[in-house]
Amino acid sequence: MDTLLSLLHGFTVAFEPAKLMFCLIGVFLGTAVGVLPGIGPALTVALLLPVTFKLDPGGSLIMFAGIYYGGMYGGSTTAILLNAPGESASLATALEGSKMAKAGRGGPALATSAIGSFVAGLIATIGLAFLAPWLVEVAVKFGPWDYFALMIVAFVTVSATFGDSPLRGLTSLFLGIALGLIGIDKLTGQARLTFGVPELLNGVEVTTLAVGLFAVGEAFYVASKRFRDPEEIIPIKGSLWMTKEDWKRSWAPWLRGTAFGFPIGALPAGGAEVPTFLSYSTEKKLCKYPGEFGKGAIEGVAGPEAANNASAAGTLVPLLTLGLPTSATAAIMLAGFQQYGLNPGPLLFAEKPDLVWGLIASLFIANVMLVILNLPLVGLWVRLLAIPQPWLYAGILVFATMGTLAVNGSPVELTMLFAFGFIGYLMRRYDYPVAPMVVGLILGPMAEAQLRRALQISLGDPMILLENPISATLLGIAFLALVAPFAMKGLNRFKASED
Amino acid sequence: MTNDTRAQGADKPALIVGVLLLVVAFLVGYDAAQQTIVATYGLGPTAMPYVVACGLVILGLSHFVVAFRGGLPKPEAADGKALLWIAAGLVCLIGCIALDGGFVIAIALLFACTARGMGRRAFAIDLAIGFALGLAIFLAFAKLLTLILPSGPLERLFL
Repeated sequence: MDTLLSLLHGFTVAFEPAKLMFCLIGVFLGTAVGVLPGIGPALTVALLLPVTFKLDPGGSLIMFAGIYYGGMYGGSTTAILLNAPGESASLATALEGSKMAKAGRGGPALATSAIGSFVAGLIATIGLAFLAPWLVEVAVKFGPWDYFALMIVAFVTVSATFGDSPLRGLTSLFLGIALGLIGIDKLTGQARLTFGVPELLNGVEVTTLAVGLFAVGEAFYVASKRFRDPEEIIPIKGSLWMTKEDWKRSWAPWLRGTAFGFPIGALPAGGAEVPTFLSYSTEKKLCKYPGEFGKGAIEGVAGPEAANNASAAGTLVPLLTLGLPTSATAAIMLAGFQQYGLNPGPLLFAEKPDLVWGLIASLFIANVMLVILNLPLVGLWVRLLAIPQPWLYAGILVFATMGTLAVNGSPVELTMLFAFGFIGYLMRRYDYPVAPMVVGLILGPMAEAQLRRALQISLGDPMILLENPISATLLGIAFLALVAPFAMKGLNRFKASED
Repeated sequence: MTNDTRAQGADKPALIVGVLLLVVAFLVGYDAAQQTIVATYGLGPTAMPYVVACGLVILGLSHFVVAFRGGLPKPEAADGKALLWIAAGLVCLIGCIALDGGFVIAIALLFACTARGMGRRAFAIDLAIGFALGLAIFLAFAKLLTLILPSGPLERLFL
């Protein structure tokens, strides 16, 4: 009951005309930027963060929610029409979606992804609204040791469990944590790794790293191989609307996708890739027309898209209740909160219920706006896709540097942006995931602070981490998750040598 | 899967990454060793750097192992000229900001260089587009968001 009341109150906040306006702008900007090829939701949020720098926290967080959902939405449009997924979470969508578009069924593909995202977003946001208060009550009882253990779990799952190579994921993570050490130590005032450069005393900005790795890195990467695989936009032929048959084949995958996406997103298990691929393979198995898979089966778009959106809402659960980002996008969202001196977590629910519940309510509104706005505007988004590549990437770099200049225009900051961009390029080239680095940068200092707090309370006895049931369990999970991929690899090798 | 492309001998990129990781580990560890402030109880500011340095050493050594067992994924050949153009654009931008040349000129140079790097052959036109874009952004930030981007002589004309 309390939840419903809080949510209702949230809606009164979110329905203020100014807030609605912010939400609309967020949704619009988010989709517009998210549609651009090569830009996923993480980068969309990072690029638009500086724009909200001077607005009031309530309004701009609502705008952020719009940008977040809009960016996801735009990403799936690109995946379907260009076969160029902006991020790994829309890879599964691109598989069937682009085939559908080639077969002249781009309209229904976009429609099922839009409506599926809407359904999934709605259900998952309801899940968020009911799960969050409960989790907050649990989280209040968490000690620093539990938080520390939770962050270790997030570290491991984000970097080691998924992706091709745990080694490359962990390398990315540790470099991120090392970057997080730069600056003044908050507990003692000791300057670390600043090498006498005063600009480094405040540490490395998450947005600088994210924009450098994602935007500048992507520009370098695309430029370096621009002679290969020219991308072609597939024009939308025929009706936008789904037939009765399409509806019949879509609704179950939407619900199943949501059922995969939300729980996995809500666990600190890292990102939307897993649920989207789980959903894809499930639909492939359950499909009544298995022959169509690989040639453009609508189930293969409906399921993963729903899973993608549901997990995006799921990611907000640990972010809002525990202050724990489990994806690059969430890490940047957290940086957005911190920009206003807000720390998501149980305290925020108690201190600023207006803000938190207004944000959750505006997620519902953003969802509705997206589905109303986007189907009629598909023509406009397609035109955005037609921007020539040189101008597109030149524009992306302009926006990337603009953001850095707006927040902190020093040449040192720009040089870091450049350096991170080049690192991002090399990481792409040799297939290192970049998201763990961003998560490491923001979560590293938080984990350190919690660990030190825990050891201060225990007077330096590290056993406190293992004596508390919650932290002990979490550390056990983290250990298993870390060892499992290596162990399985060993098993595989064993099998391979057998035959 | 990467074993298909197993190279003869050691994989150079993996070796380089391994060495770089050791260098970073050394920097982190060295910096921690130089620190003077110690915590009175609990963990001091040096504990975490040492942990990170240890982790980096392990990862660096693992890269050496990987270098002899298949190595990193083999990338396609890169277009070095395109990279240089974009890098030049960014250097121009940093230089222009550092020398108080202002936002608009910096953005124009970045835009034109990047477009050139991506394969366009109309530098002057792109310079003009970048200039217009930069000016529009500058004015939008100044008037709508009351946020003044770095200004040179040109920008001051509009303020």
